Amino acid sequence: MIPLFVAIPLGMAFIIPMVSRKLTRAPDVLGNATMVCLTALALASIGRTGIYHMGGWETPIGIDLRLDGLSVLLLIAVNVVGLAATLFSVDYMRLYTSKFRYYSLFLFMVAGMNGVVLTGDMFNLFVFMEIASISSYALVAFGCEHEELEAAFKYTVLGSVASTFVLLAIAFMYGMTGTLNMAHVATKIASEGMSTPLMFALSLFLCGFGLKAALVPFHAWLPDAHPAAPAPISAMLSGVLIKAIGVYVLARLLFNVFGITDNLLQLLRWAGVLSMVVGGLLAIGQWDIKRLFAYSSISQVGYIVLGLGLGTPLGLVGGLYHLVNHSIFKSLLFLNAGAVEYATGERDMRKLGGLNKVMPLTGGTSLVGSMAIAGIPPFNGFWSKLIIVLACVQSGHYALAVTAVVMSLVTLSFQLKVQRYVFFGSVRAGLDRLQQIPGLMAAPMLILAVLCVGMAFLIITGMDTPLLIAPAADALAGGFFTL
Amino acid sequence: MNGRSSREGMSVIVKTVTRWVEGFILLYGIYIVLYGHLTPGGGFAGGVIIACAFILLTLAEGQRVASKTLNPAVAAELDSVGALIFLGVAVAGLVVAQVFFKNIIATPEAAQFHLFSAGVILPCNIGIGIKVGVSLFLVFAMLSALHVTVRQDGKRDLVRRGKDES
Repeated sequence: MIPLFVAIPLGMAFIIPMVSRKLTRAPDVLGNATMVCLTALALASIGRTGIYHMGGWETPIGIDLRLDGLSVLLLIAVNVVGLAATLFSVDYMRLYTSKFRYYSLFLFMVAGMNGVVLTGDMFNLFVFMEIASISSYALVAFGCEHEELEAAFKYTVLGSVASTFVLLAIAFMYGMTGTLNMAHVATKIASEGMSTPLMFALSLFLCGFGLKAALVPFHAWLPDAHPAAPAPISAMLSGVLIKAIGVYVLARLLFNVFGITDNLLQLLRWAGVLSMVVGGLLAIGQWDIKRLFAYSSISQVGYIVLGLGLGTPLGLVGGLYHLVNHSIFKSLLFLNAGAVEYATGERDMRKLGGLNKVMPLTGGTSLVGSMAIAGIPPFNGFWSKLIIVLACVQSGHYALAVTAVVMSLVTLSFQLKVQRYVFFGSVRAGLDRLQQIPGLMAAPMLILAVLCVGMAFLIITGMDTPLLIAPAADALAGGFFTL
Repeated sequence: MNGRSSREGMSVIVKTVTRWVEGFILLYGIYIVLYGHLTPGGGFAGGVIIACAFILLTLAEGQRVASKTLNPAVAAELDSVGALIFLGVAVAGLVVAQVFFKNIIATPEAAQFHLFSAGVILPCNIGIGIKVGVSLFLVFAMLSALHVTVRQDGKRDLVRRGKDES
């Protein structure tokens, strides 16, 4: 079952351009059907673990796929957000041409992300990361206007630099350990300790995946790339891509392959706090809705990395829980921005206003998303931030706890700015007669808004921790991979 | 050889030499693909040589002749076909032997070091060869079909050659 997560989207990505010349509805139908299948598969894999040997070759010779708690968590995030994005795309992507190319690239990106979170082989990980990255470069440029091309070029150059770092690091790793299999590398490092070239490889990995995760100081590409993409793609990029090929791989390598040390934890905490503060402060001054959300993504990834960097069981749970929550509410907010853009053709907040009266559903779901990301109870963002703050206090990092709370207030301030300028207030002239948002665009927003409340409900009743979050945290806390 | 006397493309010397060698280049590419499991090379290397044959044709004869030989729309279909062959081999392993990418074609002892040996590697190489050959040709065709115009406000636009060139 495990290879299907890669095989299905990869196959469909090639079938869609072949059949869509004759059947114009085929890309929509096939794209959505694929994501429904993948979501069902992801939900069915809850609670399962296992190692799959590709081609029946044993571990040192062949490539293996590893399914554990952390992979399951990421698979669910990727495929649920992906399903919401494809549903949204059916109507939204009418604004663009060549829908089949869009779905094809989209499914490549999903295949790449699923591959990254499943693989147990370093070079295989690099290949899947490149599949996901390169299709995302193309998707950012999808509009082919000046702004999109510029953003995509910047993203491509910086992304390629990151990929080169990762490739070089893999070369060093292979040279020092003689294997590319993560579990083999981990056993080698556990028994023989780190050497200087391995430390160098680790620092290259930190820079490379730090850039993919858009941690400050590697964040410069994100505020250009994420707003320029079509809205469902912004939702995928901010919602899951930076986590699947950035934060996830970083956590996997540090905790399970290289072995976590106090110094590395401190580095993670610093990177987390820096991203949290810089991203949050830069978001305040933005007037483009999607650009504001993009800066806020940097800030929220900071929270996740801070939680992971505490290294305590509670910190890991908080970080991973926030990872899932952020993928839900950030994709919701980007879809809201997409709906606003679809109806009004405008992303500048100064030219919008009073949309609550014209687009009540978009306004309502966006309020849920804003309150969730700002950490207002009873939404999911409140609980994950609470766990992170409690974990900071528990491990004696009071300054970090205070910073996290203050940045949460900053997040609230710029989210209120969005609400105030876009959705509340009086309706601006010319905005009172907008076309209605089609049902297929409203449905994913509604689903994600319900999930914002649902995830909170699940954590309060203690239902999703044993199912999702705890196995993922255990996978990280378990230390070195074993064969 | 109709349409090859057009004034498009390069000089008559280049066109004549191209006509002589392009078949051999293509054949060599196919050889590299098919014998990938026995000699150096394989799907990717052979695919690059196949693409080079078509790129040489484009350079020497111009785009019109080249697109008659290998229509970009057909090439785009072949691009998907190549990838699906490769994926099909992998899924066939899943269907037949319940393991993704399992080698399902047994090689008898006597067939070793012959063309039909090495199990699924040959069909994989053919898939990769088709995919790489047409993809590289398409990349070249796309790059040569677009050019940059600078608008009056200083912004740059990509324009399809021959369409809005005035």
